[in-house]
Amino acid sequence: MDLDYFKLIDRIVDLNLDAKTITVEAQVPTAHTIFEGHFPGFPIMPGVLLTESMAQSSGWLLLGLLKFERMPFLAIVKEAKMRGFVSPGQLLTIDAKLEHEGSGFAVTKVKGRVGKELKCSAELTFGLSPFPDPAFRVHMDAMAEKIGFPLHAMPHG
Amino acid sequence: MSSTYDQIANIIAETCDIPRDTIKPESHAIDDLGIDSLDFLDIAFAIDKAFGIKMPLEKWTQEVNDGKATTEQYFVLKNLADRIDELVAAKNASAGTSTGS
Repeated sequence: MDLDYFKLIDRIVDLNLDAKTITVEAQVPTAHTIFEGHFPGFPIMPGVLLTESMAQSSGWLLLGLLKFERMPFLAIVKEAKMRGFVSPGQLLTIDAKLEHEGSGFAVTKVKGRVGKELKCSAELTFGLSPFPDPAFRVHMDAMAEKIGFPLHAMPHG
Repeated sequence: MSSTYDQIANIIAETCDIPRDTIKPESHAIDDLGIDSLDFLDIAFAIDKAFGIKMPLEKWTQEVNDGKATTEQYFVLKNLADRIDELVAAKNASAGTSTGS
């Protein structure tokens, strides 16, 4: 998890395009200035960052399902629940599942856990757009490789 | 009025927090009810789920942008209900064909 660059996902553990699910891991850093303010003496991951972690997990799932031809942009956050504190140094495991693919949008349901304990969940809607800039697409390809996106599992079309 | 229209009106009322009695068959979703594109995503999700279809919003938008259709054809609610009925009928016909019935 690179909080400075808002890259919250470290590794794709499993991507199942048939079941339309993804499992990712995100290692919360042991120290960061965010934790100095949130909160002094009681550092915890802000709920917005947990929500963003769930969004980025869903985003990788959608990129796989869309064969990297379109980019998902977060549009609607529903039923976001912060069910327990996530502390520095903990390993967050996030499972996302495609709930619905509409025309130009997609909806996912996501859950984040530390160990077996459910920490957060949400229903997220994304607008699906062509990549607005070729350099952006190149960047996403590089990110995909870095976090272990199984490009070999992508359907050819 | 068709039950399709009533379902759509109920979805819009609930999704956009618009009083149900202000929604009429002649209402234009954008011009009269002030529904924006983000709210319409939410409405499309609810309609897709309720009717088991995939509303071709991108195709409709393209047709409007190309001047091949008017927004009234898709976004006046009684017309939207007709479009949804057509999509449901097409889906049922397709299901009948695929099962050989």
